[in-house]
Amino acid sequence: MDSLIPLIPFLPFIGFIINGLFGKKMSKNAVGIIGSGTVLASFVLSVLCFYQVAESGAIQVNLYNFFTVDSLQIDFGFLVDHLSVWMMLIVTGIGFLIHVYSIGYMHDDDGFWKFFAYLNLFIFSMLLLVMGNNFLMLFFGWEGVGLCSYLLIGFWYTNKAYGLAARKAFIMNRIGDLGLLLGIFMIFQLFGSLNFTEVFERLPTMRLEAGVATTICVLLFIGAMGKSAQLPLYTWLPDAMAGPTPVSALIHAATMVTAGIYLIARCNPLYSLSPEAMQFVASVGLITCLFAAVIGLRQNDIKKVLAYSTVSQLGLMFVALGMGAYASAMFHVTTHAFFKALLFLAAGSVIHGMGGEQDIRKMGGLRKAMPITFWVFLIGTFAISGFPLLSGFFSKDEIFAFTYANGGPLWWGLSALGAILTAVYMCRMLYVTFFGEFRGTKEQEHHLHESPSTMTVPLAILAGLSLAGGFLNTPHFFHLNNEQWMAHWFSWVIPIQEVQLDAATEWTLMIITTSLAVIIIILSYFIYGKKSNLPVADSEQTGLIRVIANKFYVDEIYDFLIVRPIEKMSKIFHYYVDLQGIDGIVNGVGTGVQKLGAQFRKLQNGNIEYYLIGMVAGVVLLLLTVFL
Amino acid sequence: MLEIIRQIPIDYYVWLSTVLFVIGVFGVLIRRNAIVVLMCVELMLNAVNLLLAAFSTYLGDAQGQIMVFFIMVVAAAEAAVGLGILVMIYRNTKSTDISLLDKLRN
Repeated sequence: MDSLIPLIPFLPFIGFIINGLFGKKMSKNAVGIIGSGTVLASFVLSVLCFYQVAESGAIQVNLYNFFTVDSLQIDFGFLVDHLSVWMMLIVTGIGFLIHVYSIGYMHDDDGFWKFFAYLNLFIFSMLLLVMGNNFLMLFFGWEGVGLCSYLLIGFWYTNKAYGLAARKAFIMNRIGDLGLLLGIFMIFQLFGSLNFTEVFERLPTMRLEAGVATTICVLLFIGAMGKSAQLPLYTWLPDAMAGPTPVSALIHAATMVTAGIYLIARCNPLYSLSPEAMQFVASVGLITCLFAAVIGLRQNDIKKVLAYSTVSQLGLMFVALGMGAYASAMFHVTTHAFFKALLFLAAGSVIHGMGGEQDIRKMGGLRKAMPITFWVFLIGTFAISGFPLLSGFFSKDEIFAFTYANGGPLWWGLSALGAILTAVYMCRMLYVTFFGEFRGTKEQEHHLHESPSTMTVPLAILAGLSLAGGFLNTPHFFHLNNEQWMAHWFSWVIPIQEVQLDAATEWTLMIITTSLAVIIIILSYFIYGKKSNLPVADSEQTGLIRVIANKFYVDEIYDFLIVRPIEKMSKIFHYYVDLQGIDGIVNGVGTGVQKLGAQFRKLQNGNIEYYLIGMVAGVVLLLLTVFL
Repeated sequence: MLEIIRQIPIDYYVWLSTVLFVIGVFGVLIRRNAIVVLMCVELMLNAVNLLLAAFSTYLGDAQGQIMVFFIMVVAAAEAAVGLGILVMIYRNTKSTDISLLDKLRN
């Protein structure tokens, strides 16, 4: 088994190489089979790993010594423990479904082979990220994921706005990466090693100063902020919608954004040392959760709504992490991966059926034309809204219980508010899109069709997971099983956290949030099912609604505060430093030599007397210096 | 004969040769007629010859006079080549003015 572990990341890499080098000449079917097949094989191997880990604990595989500099020794090694094997299952499992879906979704695209090559590279990077046994491997995957997101967001690079969105994602991520890198440097300086096992083993004996642990944690969290789209570095994620829809699903559900959560869950021994850093994580998460949820209320692009919902849900996960509920955060990562992948792929199916239209104001009544898409979308929406017994219900409820127990009623109230807002905008989108009358053009209505089976089958599987995923970690007071399965599973890596609440309080909290969610689901049907409450055109928006619809003008503020000053500065640098300064020096040397040459050239006038005079003068000078 | 020569102080020979040499140099530098230039070159060579001969006599060493013969041979060869070139120049330019020969300018 151990020897098969390196295959898990490298199979998708092989797929990338085959599709990348020869894909152009291969048939689309072959490209699709190689692309998805390699990921499926990885998934199967991950399942095997899962059982192995369940049986005999964590597996360490050192492939070879990556490099050694003085005392820094980096192995190209994998650590497959309870945490990473779980991430591997999510990445390869959801990733595989997205690959299959892409076969149908991207079928008419010229860059079909390129798309699959990038997707495979993406999976490879993400697997390296979660499987690496040291911080550098993690960073390697981290950067690879950043690169792939750039390539995929800018997949339709001929559209300038899409190219800019890709660049934005890349640059925003770099800002976060700097924090992560500094954090890694500090870890190396303190521990003399980057290996996870070694670092966390030495941790209890280190007696770190309070500030040091906080600094490291905050730096690592800045990296997570960039990758997992938290305030203030979240703006790239909604723009990442420029990529094809399966990419959005991949970025939002299975890979990329979960990397930040994984990083913090992985470093949980470190975070547990610093209450300040955890407070910081939770605060940023909560603000992001509410902020993004409010923006999501007034978005009319089907993918933008989902994007802001992802930002908001990630915020909730960080709240959980900040509250010390690492396992709950991982649980929510899992269920979120199910229903967010489902929602994105279903949205992709809608866009596919609508012939590229993304504005929900031009949809409506799609329920009849696309029944499968409608049902899975409904399941996804209910799951994310926290409808009882669906996956989102369990994972969110657990986080709320922890916020109440560890943070107090205010934290609970605010995070529950975020969840309620989630229910509002998700239901709004559901009802506006699938109910009522069709509002698109005649041509679109004629074209409207259910998606092919390569797209609907993954949707159905994801819908099943979204329905049942919550039972992975049923709350202990249900007494369905003695222990929460998932918390127990992670207990090898993450110490089990019990919610310090009595059963009555927990029930009360759960009933409050759940009943609110259900009320909103029902209420918003009556509000948005009606024609008069449909979202209005951009020009008719007024006041606060307009501000929200324009995402609080955050992009514009960033543009004004950061982008434009930098552009101006670079113009100044370009003109004064580069063109006049550096080019000036270089060109000046050149023209100076030329001019000097022109002066000297006058000496060579072909007149022999001048030469002779020069010679004689020289000899005389020589003699004078010798004899005088 | 040797006595007579030795009655004249060596300084005089040095001065005479210097004057001759400088005349030669200035002639080469100033005059434009190629023939005169060649003659001035001859003058410079002979100034040196004179000096060599004088010192050789004063010191009673024949080596200096051997050098004189060498120089005379070279001078003869030089004159032959120089005049040959001069003839060709004259055929081409119908002039012996060396300032016209500036084809390599620029």
